[in-house]
Amino acid sequence: MGRSNKKAWLYLLPAILFLALFMIYPLFDVIIYSFEEGYNSASQTSFGTGLYNFRYVLRDPYFLQALGNTFLLVLITVPVSTCLALLISVGLNSIKPLKELYQTVYFLPYVTNTLAVGLVFMILFKRTPYSDGMVNLLLQWFGGSSVDFIDGPYWAKMTVMCLYTVWVVLPFKILILTSALASVNPDYYKAARVDGTSSWRIFRKITLPMISPMIFYLVVTGFIGAFKAYSDEVAIFGTNLNAAGMNTIVGYVYDMLYGDSGGYPSYASAAALILFAIVLTITCINLLASRKTVYRGA
Amino acid sequence: MNEDMNYQKLGKTAKAGKKVRSGITYVLLTLWALIVLFPFFWMLLTSVKSYSSYNSEYVPKLYTLSPTLQNYADAFTAVPLGRYFFNTIVFTVLTTALMLVVSVLAAYAFARLKFRGKDLVFTCFLALMMIPNELVIITNFTTITNWNMRNTFIGLILPSVTSVFYIYLLKENFEQVPEELYKAAKVDGTSDLGYLLRVLLPICRPTIITIIILKVIECWNSYVWPRLITDQQAYFLVSNGIQEIRENGFGRDNIPAMMAAVVVISLPLIVLFLLFHKKIMEGVSRGGTKG
Repeated sequence: MGRSNKKAWLYLLPAILFLALFMIYPLFDVIIYSFEEGYNSASQTSFGTGLYNFRYVLRDPYFLQALGNTFLLVLITVPVSTCLALLISVGLNSIKPLKELYQTVYFLPYVTNTLAVGLVFMILFKRTPYSDGMVNLLLQWFGGSSVDFIDGPYWAKMTVMCLYTVWVVLPFKILILTSALASVNPDYYKAARVDGTSSWRIFRKITLPMISPMIFYLVVTGFIGAFKAYSDEVAIFGTNLNAAGMNTIVGYVYDMLYGDSGGYPSYASAAALILFAIVLTITCINLLASRKTVYRGA
Repeated sequence: MNEDMNYQKLGKTAKAGKKVRSGITYVLLTLWALIVLFPFFWMLLTSVKSYSSYNSEYVPKLYTLSPTLQNYADAFTAVPLGRYFFNTIVFTVLTTALMLVVSVLAAYAFARLKFRGKDLVFTCFLALMMIPNELVIITNFTTITNWNMRNTFIGLILPSVTSVFYIYLLKENFEQVPEELYKAAKVDGTSDLGYLLRVLLPICRPTIITIIILKVIECWNSYVWPRLITDQQAYFLVSNGIQEIRENGFGRDNIPAMMAAVVVISLPLIVLFLLFHKKIMEGVSRGGTKG
């Protein structure tokens, strides 16, 4: 027993070493950082311990703006992308020819570099001296007026942001919902059809309850992912997100840590912990809400 | 007689309704497919337009009559795109290989070996899955800086190696292999390592491939950590490279050259996807999260 004990730990050793160094130690360290007041990374000294970092972050206008942007992004993209994914998956599930082709095409954005495609989005939406940009021309054809989506008003920038986020997160959601829809037992549908149930009623009373665990899973992971939004923003507005007024909480953390405005790991830690608390709270609310809405029978 | 006619009529309208509905479905699905594909089409198209013709089109044309490869040549000569590419490949290969070794060993210990405290350790591992990367990255940044490993491959790779989730996925898969095989191997005098390498890994190849592909996608697209840890262009990965190109690459307005760089950077994963799309989609639905 003793030998096999030792051997097992030997097999586990690399994983434990990596996790201890780069996950467990940092976890405690980030909490310590966040309570050290006036920590200076050059001299590695601090004045004392307390809640000052949290107070500072919560009063910082850049943080409040990042908080607002992130909440707006979450509140718009999570419902929109989930509903759109549901709609597309139902459509996909109702056809036979070309289904696999469509599925493959829809999944393509998942494997592409978000920074690279973000650049394409920026060019499609941007107004330059040479051209108003593809999207603005489309708007003009439909009788709208052109807007600068990248350097223009806040709502325009937020629109691009949300559109790109939805474009990026949809592949995963469509994939999950299509397989969930395909796994619903067809006997239920047959029985309902024999009874002459309308298709809208079938969808509401059979399909939706049967796939509700998966929808719930997507909502939870969607919330978590959207709260951590950052690189999609960088892809469209560049690295200086504060100047563009489009920063997110994660962006604020990195800005505090590194770059022109960096060098304040304590503020970064406090902001990261605030984000973690928000995500944890929202996830708990989701879990509580799911008890009432998610179907767990059969 | 009259009733019969009615039924026929009803049946006909029902059928027609179904046809109309499926027609609308196809139209909408195609519309979405076009929205998904349009950015790819656009970058490909722009990348073969010459600088002057791109800038002379106030209304961008959806075709070009004189495609050119000049932009691709510019992309490799005006900015160190080849260097970014090489760095990313080194980073991806080494990280994925290390991750695989570490995860396979740990998963094997959890799945087949007996030791005291196994359940407790495994529960702790699972609990680690809840820790967001954003929380630990702050200290990792300090650690790597203190070790003087900024702008090195080791600094880039080390914190990106562990993935608790892959250990979990592998452990589940290893446990599905019948224990009799293990006992038989023991009787034959095969060592644990020999059994792992010669029996378990070949049987579990599909899962291994899935994990490799997922990790490769993750590495190829990683942006935040490389940005924090590298500030010399010689160590940039493609994501940081594209950001650099955008901010001070070819001069801000040479969009065709930028698009050529974007095409080159996106191509490897798109090719990988076209080759393995079934495996990738299956793998992601089992274990990927994004968004």
